[in-house]
Amino acid sequence: MAGADLELVGITKRFPGFTAIENLDLVIPAGSFFALLGPSGCGKTTTLRLVAGLEDPTAGRILIGGKDVTQTKPFQRPVNTVFQSYALFPHMTVLENVAFGLRRRRVSDPIAKAHDALRLVELDHLAARRPQQLSGGQQQRVALARAVVNEPALLLLDEPLGALDLKLRRQMQLELKTIQTEVGLTFVHVTHDQEEAMTMADTVAVMNRGRIEQLGAPEELYELPKTAFVANFLGQSNLFTGEVIESAGDTIAVDVAGSRIVVPKSRAARHSGTVTVGVRPEKLSLLTTRPASTAAQNVIGAGRVIDVSFSGVSTQYIVEIPALGSMIVFAQNMVFGPVVDRGAEVWLSWTVDHGFGLEDLPDATAEQSPDDLQPLHATHTGSAAAGSTKISA
Amino acid sequence: MAITAFTGVATSTDASPRRKKSWVALVLLLPGLLYLVLFFIVPLVSLVITSLQVPSPTAFGQYDTAFNWQTYGVVISTYGTQILRSFLYALLATIFALLFSYPLAYFIGVKVRRYPILQGLMLVLVIAPFFISFLLRTLAWKAILSDDGVVVGGLKALSLMGSQDHLTGTPVAVVFGLTYNFIPFMCLPLYTTLERLDVRYLEASNDLYAGTFETFRKVILPLSLPGIVSGTLLTFIPATGDYVNASSEFLGGASSTMVGNVIQSNFLVQLNYPVAAALSIILMAIILVIVSLYVKRSGTDDLV
Ligand SMILES: Nc1ncnc2c1ncn2[C@@H]1O[C@H](COP(=O)(O)OP(=O)(O)O)[C@@H](O)[C@H]1O
Ligand SMILES: [Mg+2]
Repeated sequence: MAGADLELVGITKRFPGFTAIENLDLVIPAGSFFALLGPSGCGKTTTLRLVAGLEDPTAGRILIGGKDVTQTKPFQRPVNTVFQSYALFPHMTVLENVAFGLRRRRVSDPIAKAHDALRLVELDHLAARRPQQLSGGQQQRVALARAVVNEPALLLLDEPLGALDLKLRRQMQLELKTIQTEVGLTFVHVTHDQEEAMTMADTVAVMNRGRIEQLGAPEELYELPKTAFVANFLGQSNLFTGEVIESAGDTIAVDVAGSRIVVPKSRAARHSGTVTVGVRPEKLSLLTTRPASTAAQNVIGAGRVIDVSFSGVSTQYIVEIPALGSMIVFAQNMVFGPVVDRGAEVWLSWTVDHGFGLEDLPDATAEQSPDDLQPLHATHTGSAAAGSTKISA
Repeated sequence: MAITAFTGVATSTDASPRRKKSWVALVLLLPGLLYLVLFFIVPLVSLVITSLQVPSPTAFGQYDTAFNWQTYGVVISTYGTQILRSFLYALLATIFALLFSYPLAYFIGVKVRRYPILQGLMLVLVIAPFFISFLLRTLAWKAILSDDGVVVGGLKALSLMGSQDHLTGTPVAVVFGLTYNFIPFMCLPLYTTLERLDVRYLEASNDLYAGTFETFRKVILPLSLPGIVSGTLLTFIPATGDYVNASSEFLGGASSTMVGNVIQSNFLVQLNYPVAAALSIILMAIILVIVSLYVKRSGTDDLV
């Protein structure tokens, strides 16, 4: 069976005293690998549970392959889930776990098909074991086999790689991608790991506080983030907020505490008033002398390097610029080691075409709800702590 | 299974520093072992000796030590009906108690899990009967089921019972009494396993195309098997030997006498100790065989 489209129309989910999903509209085309990316507690699991039928929406409709399934029970939907906790049946062997769905649907030859699925995840030799006798990574693969074997129109994966160590996670990411290409199902993969979302998915939706902030191909989201949340959750950004002082031709110019920053109109969501513009840290050049300003370059400085951290492939510099705040710069290690030392006086420049203008302004309160957002931001994306450079003019 | 395999390895490769610990363990076990010898082995041996005694030619109620194994044959041929009936009643009571308790325990353990106060309250209600002596409760049932009680009156008014029919003294009343008295023993072990049942397995089962009934049969039932086994054992074993419900002073009658009543009357009324002892031993042996077969089967998941 080929995958089917998934369509969510105006989905709202309220728990007593708490709105988990707010008027969500979403279309996931058949056969795609779709990633739902967002911090912990933003409503990813709830979204999957709504699609699987384990939770009823407060409002809205769910369509799978064009058919309205909002009122149907989970076992009537052509959907299977790889649960965050795996939920493998402890009283059955691995093989019986995988054959479970096939037996319920009276598919012929369930045992042979279950063995095939176990071979796909390279675990056929453990078919006779109980789930408790497997490692976390193996259990995760059994959970995947148990779902994939049913060839559902839609496969939902709820942070399936969360429990794995980094190396195994990278390996499983590749395997998942291969399996998806092989079986041609529609995968909806939930994760809070931006790197995982970007390497695996055709389309990434960034979710925050029960809403989808932006949706698109990974490179599109990265190169042209629409909101401050996306700019900082997906990679890191240097952001500047100021008044538009010039809107001529193809560009707008923004005055940020006396510095003039130019952004192409085509890459800016708003062209007047107070706006936030930004640039990715790897797009910045670090200069030890003030460059001649040209129309094609933005230059800010002078500032002082306050931190240098070497990470092998690249070096991260933090540059403190008076009135603008601290900026992050990633520079590839083209020479041996860092090119400037801490305390050096530097200027930063970037090509005008690399800048972007956001729809919203960075908002200190919107960014994090202290209990669940913070830790994952810090450990898994590395973006919040160092990357959210908020500047107010 | 894996656990026994591991412990097997562990004990066989135990190094000498552990020896001291097993000595301590023995000392700690001593009171328990003494208890077993004193209150189980000694009475059992004396019961076997009694069952083989012959009546003393000189005095009524006196018996001489002998090896009169024929008593067993006599007992089986005389009281075979009562023995069979006991197992039948106990089986029925176990089944009815299970059918009644399972939904109740499921409701308390799973459905009201989110409301701990309600859950506690319902548990107290299950245990509440224990606060009153079961003799009193059974007597109360006798009054309720008596010929001039509401139940019989109501059934007669509905023409569901003839004017000459009774409830007390019938097998129905005895099985009802057994069921009623053992429901808490069934309910509590069931509750304990169901309370720990992870609902995520039920969601996974639902997600894998199993409807409500199939989820129950394939996931809930097997996962609650330990509770079913202990609940049924705690009901079946004491119910088989029960002599209160079937006694004619309570809910029973001549046609519903159970082996417990026979033993009681032989011991206390007829002073026929060998017969009473032989009956006890036969009862114990049959229960032992049934229970070990049952536990063995349930251990291999064949039960469902
Ligand atoms: N059954 C529930 N009752 C109340 N609140 C819930 C329930 N399930 C989830 N929530 C809340 O909804 C929000 C989203 O949860 P979830 O979808 O699990 O987030 P995540 O993106 O981490 O998977 C959380 O703040 C959570 O506390
Ligand atoms: Mg989640």
